[in-house]
Amino acid sequence: MQFFFEVLIAGLLSGVMYALVALGFVLIFKASGVFNFAQGAMVFFAALTTVGLKEEFGLSLWAAIPITMVVMVLLGIATERIVLRPLVNQHDITLFMATIGLTFFIEGFAQLVWGSTVRKLDLPIQDVPIEFVMERTGMLISQFDVIAAIICAILVAALAILFNKTKVGRALRAVADDHQAALSVGIPLQHVWAIVWAVAGFVALVAGLLWGARNGVQFALIFVALKALPVLILGGFTSVPGAIVGGLIIGASEKLAEVYIGPYVGGGIEGWFPYVLALVFLLIRPEGLFGEKIIRRI
Amino acid sequence: MIYRESGQYKTSYINDSQIFPIKQDRYAVLAFIAFAFLAVPFIATPYFFSAILIPFLIFSLAALGLNILTGYAGQISLGTAAFMAVGAFAAYNFMLRVPGMPILLAFILGGVCASMVGILFGLPSLRIRGFYLAASTLATQFFVVWCLTKVPWFTNYSSSGVITAQEVKILGFHFNTPEEKYLLVLAIVCVMALLAKNMVRSTVGRSWMAVRDMDVAAEVIGFRIMRTKLTAFAVSSFYCGVAGALFAYCYVGTVEPEAYNLDLSFRILFMVIIGGLGSILGSFLGAGFIVLLPIVLSYIVHVTGLPNSVTSNVELMVFGALIIFFLIVEPHGLARLWQVAKEKLRLWPFPH
Repeated sequence: MQFFFEVLIAGLLSGVMYALVALGFVLIFKASGVFNFAQGAMVFFAALTTVGLKEEFGLSLWAAIPITMVVMVLLGIATERIVLRPLVNQHDITLFMATIGLTFFIEGFAQLVWGSTVRKLDLPIQDVPIEFVMERTGMLISQFDVIAAIICAILVAALAILFNKTKVGRALRAVADDHQAALSVGIPLQHVWAIVWAVAGFVALVAGLLWGARNGVQFALIFVALKALPVLILGGFTSVPGAIVGGLIIGASEKLAEVYIGPYVGGGIEGWFPYVLALVFLLIRPEGLFGEKIIRRI
Repeated sequence: MIYRESGQYKTSYINDSQIFPIKQDRYAVLAFIAFAFLAVPFIATPYFFSAILIPFLIFSLAALGLNILTGYAGQISLGTAAFMAVGAFAAYNFMLRVPGMPILLAFILGGVCASMVGILFGLPSLRIRGFYLAASTLATQFFVVWCLTKVPWFTNYSSSGVITAQEVKILGFHFNTPEEKYLLVLAIVCVMALLAKNMVRSTVGRSWMAVRDMDVAAEVIGFRIMRTKLTAFAVSSFYCGVAGALFAYCYVGTVEPEAYNLDLSFRILFMVIIGGLGSILGSFLGAGFIVLLPIVLSYIVHVTGLPNSVTSNVELMVFGALIIFFLIVEPHGLARLWQVAKEKLRLWPFPH
């Protein structure tokens, strides 16, 4: 039973990391209806830029992070200007394809600038079990995971405030509801999109730092980001809490499945289990847990 | 001047419903096919066959399959490579386990197996649509590849998971050289493209398009949504399955799960989008573009003499940038450009 809880908690905490990536997707989808496939590449790019600045230019971590932040904001603005603006009013799938193109571009660009070796990212957080939990219950729970969860919680709270309490947030929600109506009451659509992409870049940076510290900064980070997709469909594309809850469910269930079902079928089921879980779930609730109810008219 | 349809009167229904109603089109296509069958085998070098022509034809077939699903029936899929893998492995196992199995039948059965898997994974499309569906087709991709890697029966207990495909032999004739394989692939692709073209012009194709344009409306006027969507998945997966079998037997020569990864799925999706959604010709144009692009790019980069690590990254960047560029310039794909060019040609040289 103790082992079960250990796996469960490790799963939940890794789910938080998935949720972080999923959050970036949700932000952009909510505000522009674009399914931003490049989020994974942005996570990779952000992590690589931070490490690159730190290693190649000898900057400290605290100097590298704000510079990366600026780079991510510029990337967001450039994406809006160069890729999305000419594609306004195009079919959803066209925009989706454009972000896949963007993914390739960012992957190539990141590795061109910083090289394609695996780099180590040291955050000032130790990846060691928390001692008093270990003494009390005997469970091994990583300090790193807990801090990641706390950072994630702060981020979500900040985003919730941004969305619900500020003027920018109101504009974002208006744009999400209806582009044209928002434009006609004078909300600058293009600024709003640039802001959203910049915020998504910031979320990508946080996710990139945490994932990079955990797994090393390498190309495989992009595939980690793919795991955010079942999280999204489980939680609903348009819901921030959905991304969090979806992340927790996916994280916990995939770890439990790997440990308890995996040995019977040859292991490695982590790769597809989340997708199948999400698929089965969608059969029951097609709009995800917290997604907006889909109403279809003729 | 030359390309003009005036004077070509259609006096019977048969005339009216031809695939290429304009005489010049008809002759051009026939001449092109004749050229591909008769002249190309004498001109092209073995490298040209095995690096450009064969992959081009095979990818065209796969893109055609995906175009049926995405372009005609409106269901986005990111699991094309998985259906190709099913086709390849099914063909391999039929060849291996059934003595005296003719290879063409094995290809067809491979396609049938793929279409069964397609129907199974197409079931969610009855409930979900759009990006939810796209994301859930990733389940197909990961599950199928995992399954083929983990269940040793599929790979005939081979320790490395990489198997050499059996020899391609039809009625005692061995297809060994790239040239012979090219002719085989070309024949199969021609037949299947013709079938597809006719399918999308018939009741089935029209019901797909109705569902694509608005499924609720299509249901109201009496199309059976379930049947329409599932036939789209079945037919599309059949094409992908056959393409996968050809990919294994006539192109790479080995059957391995790793070849059918997510990257391949994306490549085929690119072909469909760049070529043009909902166009048979578009599948071919898109496949040609995506097959040629890396070759041309690596040639250009090679000429400029940059180191290898830079080459691959520059390739990625240019690839991504070109995709975005194409989507901005012509979101309806190369097929649309072709159509515009033809319209222009009809009026040329007096456009008023």
